[in-house]
Amino acid sequence: MSTMPMAVSEPDAAPLRDGSMRRERRWALWGSYIALTVFVFFFLIPPIYTLTSSLKTSAEISSRTGSPWLVQHPVLDNFLELIASPNFRGFFYNSVKVTIVVVVLSMVISILAAFALSRMRFWGSAALATGVFLTYLVPESLLFIPMFQIVGKLGLLNNAWCLVLLYLTLSVPFCTWIMIGYFSSIPKELDEAALIDGATYLQMLVKIFIPVAMPGIIAAMIFAFTVSWGQFLYPLAFLYSSDQMVLTVGIVTELIRGDVFQWGKIMAGSLMAALPPVIIYAFLMDYYISGLTAGATKG
Amino acid sequence: MAQVSIRKISKVYDGDVQAVKGIDLEIADHEFVVLVGPSGCGKSTTLRMIAGLEEISSGDILIGDRVVNDVPPRNRDIAMVFQNYALYPHLSVFDNMAFGLKLRKFPRAEIKRRVDEAARILDITSLLDRKPKALSGGQRQRVAMGRAIVRNPRVFLFDEPLSNLDAKLRVQMRTEIKLVHQKVNTTTVYVTHDQVEAMTLADRVVVMNQGVIEQVGSPQDLYHHPRTRFVAGFIGSPAMNFLPCRVVQHGDGLAAQVDETIVLPIPAARRNRYMAFKDKAMTVGLRPEHMTEARENPKPGTERFDVRVGVVEPMGMETMVHFMIGRDAMCARIDPDIPAKANEMLKLQADMNNMHLIDPDSGRVV
Repeated sequence: MSTMPMAVSEPDAAPLRDGSMRRERRWALWGSYIALTVFVFFFLIPPIYTLTSSLKTSAEISSRTGSPWLVQHPVLDNFLELIASPNFRGFFYNSVKVTIVVVVLSMVISILAAFALSRMRFWGSAALATGVFLTYLVPESLLFIPMFQIVGKLGLLNNAWCLVLLYLTLSVPFCTWIMIGYFSSIPKELDEAALIDGATYLQMLVKIFIPVAMPGIIAAMIFAFTVSWGQFLYPLAFLYSSDQMVLTVGIVTELIRGDVFQWGKIMAGSLMAALPPVIIYAFLMDYYISGLTAGATKG
Repeated sequence: MAQVSIRKISKVYDGDVQAVKGIDLEIADHEFVVLVGPSGCGKSTTLRMIAGLEEISSGDILIGDRVVNDVPPRNRDIAMVFQNYALYPHLSVFDNMAFGLKLRKFPRAEIKRRVDEAARILDITSLLDRKPKALSGGQRQRVAMGRAIVRNPRVFLFDEPLSNLDAKLRVQMRTEIKLVHQKVNTTTVYVTHDQVEAMTLADRVVVMNQGVIEQVGSPQDLYHHPRTRFVAGFIGSPAMNFLPCRVVQHGDGLAAQVDETIVLPIPAARRNRYMAFKDKAMTVGLRPEHMTEARENPKPGTERFDVRVGVVEPMGMETMVHFMIGRDAMCARIDPDIPAKANEMLKLQADMNNMHLIDPDSGRVV
């Protein structure tokens, strides 16, 4: 009698355990898919709305018939007019030149700083490294007034080049921090081997550290690019004539006159402004992720 | 090629931690010297000071005739092999080996000749185009050695180069390092914590402990004539047995009285040397191979005693027997054909002709 339940329950028990594992996995997958779908849907609505609106005429945008999500008569007028506009081309040019200079300077400064802080032990280097990070924690809106005074004294107000100075205060601390983390993950023996092989510190940096830390450098470059390309507050405060203006603020100030919103052009301008970051992210995404995780765990 | 002289060098970290305490060492041209000791004994610090990777707190280091205390590593004409290989991950094997030569602006043809020559010596010619991540541990170690060889430096420095390899590969690479040294014959300083590596590779072994040199000598010399209890216990595997005892009068001569039942007569030849320690608490050091199963017709100077076997470890060509005398763990090396079983009594014999008498207060072999 006592063996009976055992004999019966045993064949049941094994598939039950198997099944529950498979079932758990299935539930986890369903959960992930649902969460991701909601997430993707939520974040794709604005760009899709931007795209559809940019293809509409002003009349269609303001018309009350039809679904706002569908384009009845797609036109490229908004894009073509913007491209033809010397103002818009000027904004684009200003954004590009400021961004390139900011990215290059950020990299030069932060790579040299990070190399010194992570490898050349000197008195106060640890405190200095923490200090670099602390400057990043100061909210940018808090720095407005002192920055305004400094830029004013330098005579750079309403000059696109002042943005280079301002953006570096945002990009250099964070880039340096990423690079310190990345450089610290490079084994100490590697630089000792290079020293013994006959390298100077500069050769060690150029021939060993920069190639080995390339993923981290690309991550830092993308960050500097994003800061510089997408920044809105500083250009809004420091620039006011349209020949110095950059894309982010230019689109808004130029295409909104009083209470007249040129929605179609605003949307087309935003799309074109978003294009360079999208292209860069798409190409460098893998580097970006590996760079961020290395910095995160080994910092 | 050059000799290396270390004169009274010390290393003090952060003002109070003294890693190396004023050691002296002369390393001859072409010599293979191994620094060995437990972790924290200062052996790696000493090597790194020779390399120029650590500053010297006091003393002098000479490579050849030149004092190199303030010479940066790149101008010392040395090459170093690291424990974790330290290969440049973004460069091919060829470029890893050529790196130092390129920095020194060697002509391209000369670089190629030297790299090919080193690759041939180390049997890695087929790997020259690979990146380090596509290599196994042993191959990486070879490349690291190749990088040292191509430079044709005055001194090779090895910092625990085999510690990251598995046991079998370690034995194989050990032989290869010795072979490479026989071929290139460069003055070599080698650091390890493994006494077997030290014994097998070295012309001379330097045993270090707590920042000082305990003893310098040939492997055989250290094995048979240790000067301190530390060296006696560190060199040899399994380690030497240490029996606490009292030196007593025994007939005409002396004996080491371990307990009531075990009294080990001291060979007559040593009677005069040990007379001063009569009636003192001392330690007898006896290697496992000098504690064997009791044999017929024992030679003079051996003494039999009974022990209760603790653990038996058959090794094939011999069997290790572990047992306790008092509170001290002992190990004897017996014939594998002797049937020894745990918890049974076994008659052993101690060959006192090979004993060492150690003063437990000073730790010195007398």
